[in-house]
Amino acid sequence: MGEKMLLIAGRSTKQGVSLNVGKHSPEYQEVVTTLEMNPDDMARLGLKDGDRVRLRSKVGEVIVRCKARKPDDLPSGVAFLPFGPASTQLMGGDTAATGMPLSKNIEVEVEPVDSDQ
Amino acid sequence: MTDVRVVENATCTFCGCVCDDIILTVEGDRITQAKNACTLGKAWFTEHTIEDRPVALVDGREAALQEAVEAAARILVESRFPVIYGLSDTTCEAQREAVAIADYIGANIDTTTSVCHGPSGIAFQGVGESTATLGEIKNRADLVIYWGGNPAEAHPRHFTRYSVTPKGMFVPRGRKDRTVVLVDVRRTPSARAADIFIQVKPGKDFEVLWALRALVKGRPVPSFIEEETGVPLATLQDLVERMKNCRYGVLFFGMGLTMTRGRHFNSGALLALVTDLNEYTHFVAKPVRGHGNVTGADNVLSWQTGFPFAVNFSRGFPRFNPGEFTTVDLLARGEADAALIIASDPASNFPRPAIEHLRRIPVIALDPKPTYTTDIAKVAFTTATYGINVAGTVYRMDDVPIYLRPAFPSPYPSDEEVLRAIKVRVCELLDIPLPNGKHH
Repeated sequence: MGEKMLLIAGRSTKQGVSLNVGKHSPEYQEVVTTLEMNPDDMARLGLKDGDRVRLRSKVGEVIVRCKARKPDDLPSGVAFLPFGPASTQLMGGDTAATGMPLSKNIEVEVEPVDSDQ
Repeated sequence: MTDVRVVENATCTFCGCVCDDIILTVEGDRITQAKNACTLGKAWFTEHTIEDRPVALVDGREAALQEAVEAAARILVESRFPVIYGLSDTTCEAQREAVAIADYIGANIDTTTSVCHGPSGIAFQGVGESTATLGEIKNRADLVIYWGGNPAEAHPRHFTRYSVTPKGMFVPRGRKDRTVVLVDVRRTPSARAADIFIQVKPGKDFEVLWALRALVKGRPVPSFIEEETGVPLATLQDLVERMKNCRYGVLFFGMGLTMTRGRHFNSGALLALVTDLNEYTHFVAKPVRGHGNVTGADNVLSWQTGFPFAVNFSRGFPRFNPGEFTTVDLLARGEADAALIIASDPASNFPRPAIEHLRRIPVIALDPKPTYTTDIAKVAFTTATYGINVAGTVYRMDDVPIYLRPAFPSPYPSDEEVLRAIKVRVCELLDIPLPNGKHH
């Protein structure tokens, strides 16, 4: 069973560096599909580093791998994914007449994916 | 033996810091060292390769440059609602050509600003901007606040080159003469550079900014502000005292404000707070900008059309309307019937409904590297990289123009050259005389 969380998509050093190698490079693809989570949230969901999780928003879903951050760095209930083709699958097209889709604080359901799936 | 050269004062165009003090070691067509560059800048230069790709692809097959120009011009001329988008990673000279094409064909033109600090642009129009150059901030600022941004990872030299550690005329001891505050929803690596870290609950920036405005004006703020925003009242009171009593304060703000609910209201609240603070001291605000020439895109569109982004020429004169003429919206609504994408990757970075429409229409893409957008393009041009292979002008995030010193030439044409060729062909097809005639 999954849990509702807020997803923040943003930049990271690794994302910026691997972007220069190329968007189709394995380095970039790994960075933009690695979800950072609060370790308490991971423990509650029975997750460890490298496990697969499904993120589902109102508009789409993606499967990524999770990695723990220090609890002080990322509050419980908030997850971080480097901005890229995975995070944008979860963004809606409504901009509230501003041009800007909501790219941070996206409501998502985080659900472990069994390894045999 | 490979020729080894040193290029001094090269400019890194990876991010909006546009550091122009990079010393490059160039061996043939590879950059082997980028002295003074940050982690991101080093990757920008040393990962640069001349791609082994055709100069152009039309429908996925190799094409000569002129054939691809012809195909692109015909798509644009035959479309009823073309959109031109991107432009933040190319020179001002190329941006100007893109605006000219938009004008000639009655297109919609928009830049990555609309999914970056577009909401701040709306807020500038509504509230105003108390501004400064980064040089002024380096020499004067004794209180530096970052709000909703993570420069340690996105703009690594912002701290060391402009705002935190450098010694300045009125802050002679550098870091020791400055107080640094970070406001964010998560403790990012930037927190290590700050004296004070204030953690806000996600989505509560507006409430914190409005409470600060009330405190600056001497109005009461109820103690439940902590329950609402995660920030204790005493922390806000302390910050207000520091802001009112500094000699020169600056609020840098990032996507944490513009990409969350509230968007331009969040940026507007911050700009209004800065306006209020000028009753007490000198205070400025600057958005921290991502791409190397996104600020140039704002400037070029502003001096060519009167508006910074989201501009539509379909009636023969420029109209500005975010929400209507911003690219995410007009794609998500299924309006555009052709797209010219320059130096950006909306097929990766846009929300899903917008990408789905982009896949349905003919796309013309200009990019030095293969991207998700060049993958779906009907016409894809491989272009030379600005700053590394191409000279020209870019604007730093504080609106200071900087001229580029390229390291070595590329076999590929620049964005400017491809866009000018498309413009000339568009004018021929539409029987429009060019102003000076020399390109016809």
